[in-house]
Amino acid sequence: MSRVIVVTSGKGGVGKTTTSASFAAGLANRGHRTVVIDFDIGLRNLDLLMGCERRVVYDFVNVINEEATLKQALIRDKNDNNLHILPASQTRDKDAFTEEKVGNVINELRDSFDYIVCDSPAGIEKGALMALFYADEALIVTNPEISSVRDSDRILGMLSAKSQRAIEGEEPIKEHLVVTRYSPARAETGEMLSLDDIQELLGIDLVGVIPESKAVLQASNSGVPVIRDEQSKSGQAYQDMVSRFLGEDIPMRFLDAEKKGFLKRIFGA
Amino acid sequence: MIVWNTSVRLWVQLQTAIHVTCYHSADYQRISRLRTNTKTTGERLTQHEGIGAVELKGAVFTLPVLKLHCTDLDAIEHELKVHLARGLSFFKHAPLVIDLELIKEQQGEELDLPSLVSTMHDMKLFIVGVRNANPQQAERAVTAGLAVLKGGVTQQEGAAEKPANAELPVATTNIPFSGHTKIIYQPVRSGQQIYAKNCDLIVLSSVNVGAEVIADGNIHIYGSLRGRALAGVSENTKARIFAQVMEPELAAIAGNYQVFDEPNASRLYGKAAQIYLDDNQLVIAPL
Repeated sequence: MSRVIVVTSGKGGVGKTTTSASFAAGLANRGHRTVVIDFDIGLRNLDLLMGCERRVVYDFVNVINEEATLKQALIRDKNDNNLHILPASQTRDKDAFTEEKVGNVINELRDSFDYIVCDSPAGIEKGALMALFYADEALIVTNPEISSVRDSDRILGMLSAKSQRAIEGEEPIKEHLVVTRYSPARAETGEMLSLDDIQELLGIDLVGVIPESKAVLQASNSGVPVIRDEQSKSGQAYQDMVSRFLGEDIPMRFLDAEKKGFLKRIFGA
Repeated sequence: MIVWNTSVRLWVQLQTAIHVTCYHSADYQRISRLRTNTKTTGERLTQHEGIGAVELKGAVFTLPVLKLHCTDLDAIEHELKVHLARGLSFFKHAPLVIDLELIKEQQGEELDLPSLVSTMHDMKLFIVGVRNANPQQAERAVTAGLAVLKGGVTQQEGAAEKPANAELPVATTNIPFSGHTKIIYQPVRSGQQIYAKNCDLIVLSSVNVGAEVIADGNIHIYGSLRGRALAGVSENTKARIFAQVMEPELAAIAGNYQVFDEPNASRLYGKAAQIYLDDNQLVIAPL
């Protein structure tokens, strides 16, 4: 039975697309047939992060409008045969979306994929609502700052009110918290919200903490999901996140600030 | 005798008219709509070419109400002067509403409204309308150029004036209290609003910042209250708000509200506490 997972946050720039790309690549890497859909019509980014922007011929809107078949629009990842991308349109707008048409596409995808990852646009407009409508599970991407947490709270409210599962009274969407751009040192000094604060405010299970890292930007620029950078902490943290999502019980890593030297500890920072 | 011979009593409606109007209807949809409307306070007269010379807009004001206990103009004037001399000067130039409730059934001499208007005008008090008028009084008020206000809020008169057999606020007895309780099992999240109509509300989780819980009865929150909580919105002044962790953005009971923009204002902020109304004042007490 395939699962539809929406990656959403409310706020922009927190790492939804980065998380979508790495999450999908991680699932595919473990042998699950995975497709990641870019719902950010007009501002497509996912194909850039996945390094396939030059291979986009048809897009999600073409499929919705039946101008192209799914087979024509799906892009297979260069490195992983299990991973496919359904890119967003750069030229259309989100009015193309209707629940019925998006539902048709997702149903068709369910036949050939285990996991359907929906990369939501920021905001709570139609694109974001469409991305979450058919979700079975949700990754809530949050930065350790108050506005991001607030927006995530808002989106969690939407999930429990505006999704198909909510409307039809089915079992609620399973929600997972992903904290990105986490800096242990800054959380320790109180500059950032701590993990406990975030969990206390949002009240959902933590599935991953991704430390702030230069590797993320480098990976984005080179069009490789950061999860494939096995040297970087971010890459490892995403690997852990995928494992936890798949049910493994792994302790959280990279939560503590790097130990200061002996002299620094005595004399303060 | 002195107290009850008092011919004039002055009090200000402590409740802001915004809440009075909004929540009176106990109609959830209206609440939000009216709240939006009332953001525009004050009237705006615009005169643009081709657009029209006037613009009609709704606005809600808080007006002092002057309750008359007799029709004797001399007594009224005398007592008003005493009050004004005592420093109630903020009523100067204020629009006033005359409450005729206590004299509408009175036999004998009728109230001479035009004279009252001019007497008060001399004292820089401007009567804009009457309320609780009987049909004859209403007719004379209109003739005297006054508006006849309907309804308004049955305001309790402050503790000092409460006789032992004080009437219950009308709304309290009129609420068709359903007896059931609305229970919310999930967190109430930013942007969500919950309204428990004619009943109590229990939230088994937290009410997050940006969320709003509203009830005609009491509100119980077994997690943290970080958003807004409005209890007794149909003028149920006996309603209370209870929370395991009291950190509200705003708390209101029967339209009396308080914003908590300075968390340190109360030592109970962040603790298990209850909020209730005592003599039109919101009181926070430990649980």
